This record gives sequence, structure tokens and C-alpha cells, in this order.
Amino acid sequence: MEKGGFKSLELFYLSAHEAARLLKNKEISAVELTREILKRIEEVEDKVKAFVTLTPEKALEQAKAVDEARARGENLGPLAGVPMALKDNLCTEGIRTTCSSKMLENWIPPYDAFVVRRLKEAGAILVGKCNMDEFAMGSSTENSRFFPTRNPWDLERVPGGSSGGSAAAVAAGEAFFALGSDTGGSIRQPASFCGVVGLKPTYGRVSRYGLVAFASSLDQIGPLTRDVTDCALVLQVIAGHDPLDSTSADLPVPDYLAALRQDIKGLKIGVPKEYFGPGMDREVVSVVRQAIDRLSDLGAFCEETSLPHTEYALPAYYLVAPAEASSNLARYDGVAYGFRLPGKDVVDMYMKTRREGFGPEVKRRIMLGTYALSAGYYDAYYLKALKVRTLIRRDFDQAFEKYDVLVTPTSPTVAFRLGERVGDPLAMYMSDLCTIPVNMAGLPAISIPCGFAQGLPVGLQIIAKPFDEETLFRVAYTFEQATGSFRRWPEIGGVA
Amino acid sequence: MPLSREEVEHVALLARLYLSEEEKEAYTRQLNAILEYMEKLNALDTEGVEPTAHVLPLRNVFREDVVKPGLPREKALEGAPATREGQFEVPKVV
Repeated sequence: MEKGGFKSLELFYLSAHEAARLLKNKEISAVELTREILKRIEEVEDKVKAFVTLTPEKALEQAKAVDEARARGENLGPLAGVPMALKDNLCTEGIRTTCSSKMLENWIPPYDAFVVRRLKEAGAILVGKCNMDEFAMGSSTENSRFFPTRNPWDLERVPGGSSGGSAAAVAAGEAFFALGSDTGGSIRQPASFCGVVGLKPTYGRVSRYGLVAFASSLDQIGPLTRDVTDCALVLQVIAGHDPLDSTSADLPVPDYLAALRQDIKGLKIGVPKEYFGPGMDREVVSVVRQAIDRLSDLGAFCEETSLPHTEYALPAYYLVAPAEASSNLARYDGVAYGFRLPGKDVVDMYMKTRREGFGPEVKRRIMLGTYALSAGYYDAYYLKALKVRTLIRRDFDQAFEKYDVLVTPTSPTVAFRLGERVGDPLAMYMSDLCTIPVNMAGLPAISIPCGFAQGLPVGLQIIAKPFDEETLFRVAYTFEQATGSFRRWPEIGGVA
Repeated sequence: MPLSREEVEHVALLARLYLSEEEKEAYTRQLNAILEYMEKLNALDTEGVEPTAHVLPLRNVFREDVVKPGLPREKALEGAPATREGQFEVPKVV
């Protein structure tokens, strides 16, 4: 029994590409469209709480500028006039960027992130900054220092995390698309919980300049959208080499829209058995297996395979990521920006500032990371984890010699209840079982809605070879077009 | 290897974090639970395996040593809790 159902499309539930078309054909103005979205936000935001900061005045100014430019006959970008939302760890010049932390509660960045600049150039309209787990550490958005975001499908449940606000905003019709960031699953898992599309590009595909760093060898920015076409459209805008991010790949960006064809005949799909074992909800597994059968019906060749080191990915990640985080978060010391508590000397200031400025999960991970890197433990923990990482990557490399893509469930369960896992850090970490190995290997992966279990959305994860987002899009698009899974939206606490 | 309370206090100092007594208790417990889970990794033989610090085959990304514009001073100081004479002001260092 699904909650909500097929609804006739409200303006705020159009896809971004449909909205862009209406705007281009002047069937609606950017100001009118933005007003619709702002009205929608007013209707549902106090229930969903996806945003930390809303920017209605700036949004209407941007919309007006787009309408005027269009009236002058100027050539506008592919997303001109389309309202979007950005996770609150993406620097937006002049607009508060908090990472949902007290540490940056009042911080206003003096520059735009690379992806923000690209989206501005494409003409997108920013309606607000989205709530997240503090400093991107979490899987439910309950670690936000401010408030938890709620899942539009069931307001007593989590939207997932750490890009929970971004996923909820898109699912609730509060923005046509959003950007999130993914270090261990933080785009894909909330996409799966909220019934939207979420992509983590190949590591290095999208510049991290202006993304507040969590774990530098794992972080990637990516789109959360209502359909696969939108996802390709947004990636096309944000992908590419950036000299200001020395880890960004100096590789050409293909035409992702051209990859959107319905054709997977003869495609070889591997189904790693380790993602279907104990720890996975039976109904979720059943729904995902049905989706895989559908891929077979559509002409793909699906076969069970094995990624033998899968079970080691999570413990290795919980050494690598906190270690990198402990280094990246050392900069929050009250000196140059952000929160500061006075101290009798500078070290006292650091310690007081950090005690108060960081929440419990952030402190826990800093502690874990500091320990793993400290003298006497570095080899046993951090170095060991990096060697395990090599083994995990090798499993994927070997699988990709035989298969074009791999498919798995995105998450072991559907969205869990608020408060259910907060007291048990390990249980919370388990939510990322299926997504973490992908970050460790640096591969691209997309989560697409593929059905419902217990009335809540289930995500199918598709994983591809490095820089092969095109095949991801082709498979996802083919599945989506054949099943119509994207045309289903939640009733938000009685408001349709 | 279980983590002792003293080690937790030492790590907190390294991480420049004051912890309350309850936090020290809680972190000792939670970190030990997490580290116990990590023991799994010791079951794996990683003899001769190269560590992967980075997934991309990038090496020494350099550019020409030519001065380029950076963030102007006023902008850099904008977000600071305390400034003086164009610098960040902090309590005594030594």
C-alpha cells in the first residue's frame, strides 16, 4: 500500500527540464514560477523543515533579471529561471553558509563555490540553503545543530542524510532540483529515502572548490532531482576541471543529455551478492530484485557476482573518513571566521570554542580520527584502512572487466523513524552499508526510485566505471521511462 | 585494543577539545564499541598491498609560479570574530 499516489502535476512538481521549456517558450515567467515555489514553501516548509536559510527576496531579484534578459532576446543558460536549493555546505557569496553547525551559524562566505558559480551562469534561481547533518556527518539529518528535517512521505521519519534537506526539498516540491554532497552515501541514501534521483559523480568529476571539506579523498558534489533527465542536465552544468581544485580531473565532459536513450539491450549487469545478505530488509531486497528483473526484461543481461571485500568497507571508511575529518576540521579554532569563545590564552580559546561549536557526532568523529592518526596507532588503523581500500577498489576493477554496471539496493532499509537510531552510532552507520564502498573506490553511482516497501520509497543503486556517468544515465533513463516510477509524489501531512 | 579514559583525555587534548566528565565516559564507551567493530579489519591479510590514499592517478598538480589575484584582505577579515590593524586578533599565544 503506497502513501500518496499518482497526481495530476502541479507546477511545483514539474521536472526542471519541463519548467525550463515552459520558461523558454514564455508560457510562464521566471518571477511567476519563483512565486509558485515560494508559495509552496510557505505551505509545507513548517512541516518538512528542509531549509536553514530561505532567500525569497534574492530569488525574486534573480528571477526578474532572467525575465528581463529573456525579453531583451539574450541567450540564456539551460536552467535559466529554474528555482533550485543548495546544501548548506556549499559556499554562497553573501549568503549565510552554516553546515548546520553552531561553528558556522553566522558565517557569510566571501566567495561562491565553483558549482554555485556555474549554476548562476546557467541562470538557476536560489531559493534557499538546505539543512544537513552537521558538517555532513550523519545519515539522517538528525545531527543538524538546528533541527531535524522530516521525510515528506512520512513526517515522523527521517529524510536520510547528510543531504536530507536537499532531498526533502526536491521531494516536497520546494525546489526543482538541489545539490548535495556525498562522502559515504549522503546524496544517494537520502535520495532513496525520499523517492528522488541522486547522483554521486566519479571522484574528481566535479570541483570541490567551495564545498566545506569533510573527507577530502571521498567528498563529491552531485544533483538531487525528480527525474534522470534533470540529473544529466545539472551534471552537465557543474562538471569539469577547475584549476582551483587540484583533485579535479582534467578530462573533457561528455554530452550527458545524448546518453539519455532507452537502450540497454545486451548490457552486462553484475549483481553483487554481498549487498543482498543479512542486514538487508527483506521487503527492500524483494523490491530491488523485481527492479533487476525489469532490467532483464528490458534486454540487459543480469548475473550474480561477488565483491568479496564488501564487509570491510564500512570499518575501513570509519577510519579513513574521520581521520581526514579530524584534519579538515582543525581549522575551526575561532581565529579567522565562525564561532569563538574567549579564552585566557589561545589554546584555551581553541578548546572552549570547539567544545561548544561542534555537536556530539562531529566531536566523536574528530576523536576517532585523531586517535587513528596518532603516534603508535597510525599503522594499525589508518594505514591498514588505506590498504583495505585498495582491496575494495580491486574488487570493483575486476567486476568491471566483466560487467558494464553493477546494481544493488541503495540502502538496507526504508526511511527509519526520527529518534530510532540516534542513541546507537553503529546502527546509524549501518545505513550506509551499500553506498560507502562506492566512495572508497571513487566510482560514480546513481540512486533511482524503484518502488515502495512499507509504504515508503526504495532506491535502486547503479554503479559504473570511473567517468562513465553516461552508462549510468542510460540505464537509469531506460528503467525510469519503462516504469514511470518518477511520477509519484507524497501527500505532506494532508497537504497534497 | 580497548581505549582507556586516559587515552581519551590525551586524544581530546590533541584534538583541542575540552570534554565534560559525561562526555569522557560516553566517548570511551562509544569509541571502544566502534574500535571493536574495526577489529574486523585485522582478519584481512594486507601483506604487500599498497595503501590507496587517493583514487585518481594524480601526481604533483603544479602551476607556473606566477602571481595571481587572491582574496582581498578586507574580505578575508570580514568573517573574523576580532581584528586589529588588518590582522586577526587572538588571546596571547605564548
